[in-house]
Amino acid sequence: MAEASDLAGESLLELLAGFIVELRQAGLPVSLTENLDAMEAVQYIPLGDREAFKYALAATLVKNHSHWRAFETVFEVYFSLRGAEWSLDPDASDFVDPDEDQSQAPEGAGEGQQAQGGSGDSLTPEELAEMLYKSLMRGDQSMMRAMARQSVRRYAGMEPGRPVGGTYYLYRTMRNLNLEGMLERLMEQAQEDSPEPLTPLEERLERDEYENRIESFKKEIESEIRRRLVADRGVEAMAKTLRKPLPEDIDFMHASREEMVQLRKALQPLTRRLAIRLARKRKHGRKGALDFRNTVRHSLSYGGVPAEPKFKYPRPSKPEIFVIADISGSVAAFARFTLHLVYAISGQFSRVRSFVFIDGIDEVTRFFEGTDDILDAISRVNSEADVIWVDGHSDYGHAFEVFWERYGQDISSKTTVIILGDARNNYHASQNWVIKEIRNKARHVWWLNPEPKAYWDTGDSIVGEYATYCDGAFECRNLRQLERFVDNLV
Amino acid sequence: MTSQDPTNPSPFDAEPRFDSVEELRTALRNVDYLSDEGIAGIVYLADRLGKPILVEGPAGTGKTQLAKSVAEVLGARLIRLQCYEGLDESKALYEWNYKKQLLRIQATKSDTEGQNWDEIEDDIFSDEFLLERPLLEAIRAIDPVVLLIDEVDRVEVETEALLLEILSDYQVSIPELGTITARQIPMVFLTSNNTRELSEALKRRCLYLHVDYPDMEREKEIVLTKVPGLTESLADQIARVVRSIRQLELKKSPSVSETIDWARTLVLLGVEQIDAETATGTVNILLKYQSDIQKVVKEFAAEQKSFSRGGILSPEA
Ligand SMILES: Nc1ncnc2c1ncn2[C@@H]1O[C@H](COP(=O)(O)OP(=O)(O)O)[C@@H](O)[C@H]1O
Ligand SMILES: [Mg+2]
Repeated sequence: MAEASDLAGESLLELLAGFIVELRQAGLPVSLTENLDAMEAVQYIPLGDREAFKYALAATLVKNHSHWRAFETVFEVYFSLRGAEWSLDPDASDFVDPDEDQSQAPEGAGEGQQAQGGSGDSLTPEELAEMLYKSLMRGDQSMMRAMARQSVRRYAGMEPGRPVGGTYYLYRTMRNLNLEGMLERLMEQAQEDSPEPLTPLEERLERDEYENRIESFKKEIESEIRRRLVADRGVEAMAKTLRKPLPEDIDFMHASREEMVQLRKALQPLTRRLAIRLARKRKHGRKGALDFRNTVRHSLSYGGVPAEPKFKYPRPSKPEIFVIADISGSVAAFARFTLHLVYAISGQFSRVRSFVFIDGIDEVTRFFEGTDDILDAISRVNSEADVIWVDGHSDYGHAFEVFWERYGQDISSKTTVIILGDARNNYHASQNWVIKEIRNKARHVWWLNPEPKAYWDTGDSIVGEYATYCDGAFECRNLRQLERFVDNLV
Repeated sequence: MTSQDPTNPSPFDAEPRFDSVEELRTALRNVDYLSDEGIAGIVYLADRLGKPILVEGPAGTGKTQLAKSVAEVLGARLIRLQCYEGLDESKALYEWNYKKQLLRIQATKSDTEGQNWDEIEDDIFSDEFLLERPLLEAIRAIDPVVLLIDEVDRVEVETEALLLEILSDYQVSIPELGTITARQIPMVFLTSNNTRELSEALKRRCLYLHVDYPDMEREKEIVLTKVPGLTESLADQIARVVRSIRQLELKKSPSVSETIDWARTLVLLGVEQIDAETATGTVNILLKYQSDIQKVVKEFAAEQKSFSRGGILSPEA
């Protein structure tokens, strides 16, 4: 096995073992084989090539692309301090000097810096801004990295032991840099350099280019902050604070903005996967009983030998789906994702109709029909649906009553009704007789609740009162649970 | 580790195929495949570790081409198993040539009366009657081969089991013949468009390579290599426009092959500068869905507002 290469007193094997523990803590499944593969793989990687080290570990340990971010975070934290030999940067050794830095980063730092250390320390803020501008202009990566380090050193105001998160430091650094102004300046320069005025398309392409550079500069800042935090707090503590749920486990109701972006990204491949899988299921699903007559008929072409048995394929008629979704505040995201999934596989159903409510209810089928842009339809639902009756606080009872009055007659034994919501009814009347009536006419009635089961029927949640009349009520907090439900729906 | 009998070297002692990642990258470039450090690095590792590579990613990003190009670099024969629903052992592994077997049984009956059945059975279940399918063919090959198991996500999960023995031990068991072990470890590529999760068992046996859309520089190089008559400046514009389109939230982003098609078209049309009119007039080559086309046309015509798409500049984004 691997020769014990000494790294800051740790053998490579111990280092990897620790890393794998962290990965498992972050929820990544790592098997024993994969563990061994990783240990073998790193033998073939030139020591010191951090990028190569990273993809060698990724290729052996992470077999699901949606886990990449989690892997990367653990990697960055775990290896951030482990010796300059792991970094390709010639100036890598200059960053871990927390003592020196923190002493010179007083509250509200930013106006004029002094002191020894990196060569950039003697620059005025104006000079620093000018250098940053130049490096963005040229797209000079190593220069941008140096600027990022300098900016964090100067503006983040990091102090040891201070219990604030990385976002706080990021915010402080960014505020002092005024990157928006920088972008405008870069764009003006681009206009000036062009012999003719830029067309909107050219302008767009220029802007995309600069935004990309700024984005990568921002990543450098983040990673610098992370390294300093690790230096201050230690690997374990940082790994823990940065531990994030995998996309499929992100809670719909408490997703941060960044997590929402991840969720949206994860949804695309998921719907595609689901659509293909369901289409196959339908086509090749359950072989039926032997179709004797058909077999004999075909046997004639084989001189009477029943060489090719024929089966009866049961073709259950496609159900019609009614989705009734609470789209008020905290459950809105859940409704959005579910509508998205259901419409993405709407080919599996004879028809999908959708209704959204808060205290009033509105049919929104019209937004989805006649377009293949589900995202656009959903944003129209958000802005155009008529769902407020009195005060815009959820009133399931009233919404259900109106639903029954207007659309009750459309429900038949072919209809599957899916109701989405946390059933937090603000102490209004439940009117659960509506669900009972629906159940009497429909093929199935399912309830999906984005709250953890433990919270059901606490406070103003009355999901139990409705669930008694449903065929089932399910906790549906994340994409994993949602996918499972939709998969079983067909 | 010393190798034993030179006539029957253990496959596990094979010489490495590539000296370095850099060398491999250059070799791939010479056969018109533009890799990056990750792609070349993982192929290099797969050879060193004697492991298959599972290549996953969106359609049209060069997964299949990677296997072909590696074969070309190695001067190896490419053996391809194209997966599809309903693929089974008889198409993937081997099949007995029963027509020939029947003929042999009949022939034997008429020549030598009373030959015993065991002998006949031994005879007809021998190599002569075996129809090799790609997996067996790759295992038994003596010349250098690269095995490509393409679009493995299209077979049912249960069918994956067929692959497991080969992928971990480079051998197959045939009840009538016993176990056949590879004489060499071939390079093995599996590709998946990720239409379903592959089984853990399969993934454990492979190195994992996620191939995404290339970055701008690499895409530019790809079109320059693939499209004759393309100028550097047009290639640059193409790569920029495609990158901008991929940043939009679309039903389906343009793939590399679509970028190549677009570049070919622009060359044919004699375009030198891509203006908005050209872009919107030809964007249907890059995009499949009408709603995506409309979105792009709208975006490209719009005057840029100061903080057009917002988001990236705000600190907490
Ligand atoms: N990195 C690359 N270098 C050269 N050509 C590429 C590259 N990536 C994709 N292509 C080209 O794009 C086309 C589609 O590639 P293909 O391998 O069929 O995609 P996939 O198997 O991922 O769906 C091919 O014509 C291939 O030559
Ligand atoms: Mg392919």
